[in-house]
Amino acid sequence: MTALLSVRDLHVTFAVPGGAVEAVRGISFDLSRGETLALVGESGSGKSVTALSILQLLPYPAASHAPTTRIAFDGIELAGARESTMRDIRGNRIAMVFQEPMTSLNPLHTIEKQVAETLYLHKRMTPGAVRARVIELLRLVGLSEAERRLDAYPHQLSGGQRQRVMIAMALANEPDILIADEPTTALDVTIQAQILKLLRDLQQRFGMALLLITHDLGIVRKMADQVLVMTKGEVVESGIVAEVFAQPRHDYTRHLLAAEPQGRPQPVAPDATALVAAQDLKVWFPIRSGVLRRVSGHVKAVDGIGFELRRGETLGVVGESGSGKTTLGLALLRLIAGEGLIRFDGQRLDGLSERQMRPLRREMQIMFQDPFSSLSPRLSVAQIVEEGLKVHHIGRNSAERRALIEQVLLEVGLDPDSTERYPHEFSGGQRQRIAIARAMVLKPRFVVLDEPTSALDMSVQAQVVALLRELQRRHGLSYLFISHDLRVVRALAHQVLVMKDGKIVEAGAAQQIFERPAHAYTRALMAAAFDLEVVESAATAQ
Amino acid sequence: MSTSAPALERRSDRILGLRVTPLTRRRMANFRANRRGFWSLWVFLALFVISLFAEFIANDRPIVVSYAGHLYFPVLANYPETTFGGEFPTEADYRDPHVQRLIEAHGWMVWPPIPFHYDTINYALPSPAPSPPDAVDWLGTDDQGRDVLARLIYGFRISTLFGLTLTVLSSVIGIAAGAIQGYYGGLIDLGFQRFIELWSNIPVLFLLIILSSFVQPNFWWLLGIMLALTWMQLVDLVRAEFLRARNFDYVRAARALGVSNPVVMVRHVLPNAMVSTLTFVPFILSGSITTLTSLDFLGFGLPPGSPSLGELLLQGKNNITAPWLGLTGFFVLALMLSLLIFIGEAVRDAFDPRKVR
Repeated sequence: MTALLSVRDLHVTFAVPGGAVEAVRGISFDLSRGETLALVGESGSGKSVTALSILQLLPYPAASHAPTTRIAFDGIELAGARESTMRDIRGNRIAMVFQEPMTSLNPLHTIEKQVAETLYLHKRMTPGAVRARVIELLRLVGLSEAERRLDAYPHQLSGGQRQRVMIAMALANEPDILIADEPTTALDVTIQAQILKLLRDLQQRFGMALLLITHDLGIVRKMADQVLVMTKGEVVESGIVAEVFAQPRHDYTRHLLAAEPQGRPQPVAPDATALVAAQDLKVWFPIRSGVLRRVSGHVKAVDGIGFELRRGETLGVVGESGSGKTTLGLALLRLIAGEGLIRFDGQRLDGLSERQMRPLRREMQIMFQDPFSSLSPRLSVAQIVEEGLKVHHIGRNSAERRALIEQVLLEVGLDPDSTERYPHEFSGGQRQRIAIARAMVLKPRFVVLDEPTSALDMSVQAQVVALLRELQRRHGLSYLFISHDLRVVRALAHQVLVMKDGKIVEAGAAQQIFERPAHAYTRALMAAAFDLEVVESAATAQ
Repeated sequence: MSTSAPALERRSDRILGLRVTPLTRRRMANFRANRRGFWSLWVFLALFVISLFAEFIANDRPIVVSYAGHLYFPVLANYPETTFGGEFPTEADYRDPHVQRLIEAHGWMVWPPIPFHYDTINYALPSPAPSPPDAVDWLGTDDQGRDVLARLIYGFRISTLFGLTLTVLSSVIGIAAGAIQGYYGGLIDLGFQRFIELWSNIPVLFLLIILSSFVQPNFWWLLGIMLALTWMQLVDLVRAEFLRARNFDYVRAARALGVSNPVVMVRHVLPNAMVSTLTFVPFILSGSITTLTSLDFLGFGLPPGSPSLGELLLQGKNNITAPWLGLTGFFVLALMLSLLIFIGEAVRDAFDPRKVR
């Protein structure tokens, strides 16, 4: 049986100032009707570029293919096809779902208008028929109260709901191939499980081929028939999923499969004293409404959280987006205003003014999620790391400070000669190491880590986790590790706090929570994170 | 783990002793790539530097006089006529043929290329003032017999200096105000914004007219009033940048380190805010120059007798039969403003992050 989509010798070259960059170097694959093919690789491997090439959505002429490139879809040659040919195919016979639902939906149009647009473009239907079809599609993708939501704008929906709308748009014309470019990366674990289940059901119902692009091997294991492993623009391994995962032949595939965060945290010393304690911590944001802007209610971001953290211990705070984890971390460090008792090493923090807090800041540091925005782009590495030293007058002169900086850079695994470089010259993982160096050079006792590995590739994640664990062991640090990624939390945390809507759902020792979760929500979270399963009872369709 | 970037050619990171980041280097290259703006900058700078030495180029005194073996510099100091063997103890009038003969008898003098100051009235005109250009007055004279070219050079200097000073001072004040509003937000922002709204409604021209009725406005008065009333230009831009940037992670990280607010504003937020601000500065400069010119044209600017482009334009309007007045003023002003606009475009190109050469 001839394949529905046949790609041969795909080359994509981008012309940039200073030369040409070859993003994809000659890959070939076939996709048959009803099959699910997964393209796996880390960032920069060329997966998204491959998907965009199929639909000819690259920025031509800056991007170009080789003359031997062939992309054959059902007998039609797509590479270099005329724009009118492509317009007939896009959205109609081949549809695409993108990664970021917020930026992929037009914020100024209602969802009815956006889903209807693709129907108007490719089918002749009366407005009444279009409306009926839109409602049918929204119900199909599991959007609750579809009729009431027709007039909603994207910002009024949650991330999962927006992604469902995107899928509805993609399926409106019952395409032969659905290309999904990391469709669940930006979503929470439980929603991720639901969306994947939806895609699988819809694929079976319509007999679509699915080209799934992802960096998450768990998703590949669950969803795909065939897999292509890509790195640096080339395919290093391909085949049936079960076979490739059981017996990987290429080194890179082995490296990817092994790249889950390993290990368990070092046990805490039995005589460790409490370092950080919080009691009934609240962060409420007032909602002002009416002409006089009266406070009509509160957004209760953090609603009565309490815990105790000992020296050398890691508390993992898990929850989905909007649960208040980041707000908790910021409130603990007094970076945003909150109420409730906060104790650090016996001293109460909650009543202190900013000036009184300043000397204490040396002991409590924070690391952020996004390695690209957490380092000031105009300062060199030396200046970034030195800033804390200067503020707290550590090191008597610049030579002493320089020595401290070089020592800490070595400790986090960076080249001490790179002190004069700027952040944009480093990769994401290296930038996180710089951020770790910035925090560690002050020799703090407590570090709040706000999703430090979420924006990194899997293999880099494992390295950063190992580094954090090593630093904890060596210096006896206490961590508050905030994350939605349960695999990383399992590798680092002694205690776990599960948050939902600002409240504690469950708290306890990590081993107990992971192996025997008591609360239904925790069970749903575990099932979604580790098995990508949807537990119907606890999770509501979002 | 070693860094991924290969050993880059580490050119010296400093230009004129100032640290230059790779980003700044790229911006400078982008600026140079805009040939028109690049050359405009050099031409403007050359003209400005030349005009700074106006006293040595257009003056009714010689630059250097050698008399009886001694060197005198009439450009810099006043000498009585008796120094050169004259009769009067008053200041020597070097244009007087008698004084010239006295000096030439016992020495020599070096005249500047244009032997007129901006207020020197040429009594020996071939035709009634305003007289057309000839060998003596290269661009003719204005309606009081003063050399147009000399007035042009001094006028260019005053306009540019006024514009530069006004731009620099109003930018400093505007940036500071915008920074405080944007960074702190809340009531400070609200209060300041309302104040600016009220303040910007004060009519500049009427205030100047009122002022000129009881005090003779000179350069500093004008500068002061203009500064007090037009510093608001940059506030909105800087305020928006600060409002945006104060939520960035690296600002939060700096505050978590314990850095105080003013230091965070200057070290972390300001460099990013300056990008859009710097693209505005050439246009503010040309606006300031135009402001002074218009005030002079209306008669509410510099005191009468001061050399200025606006006054030249006014004379041009009043003496249509002497086209060299109006045309000179027009072309010089057009040249000046065009150069500044070209420079402004090149600066905008330099800071455009998407521009690919």
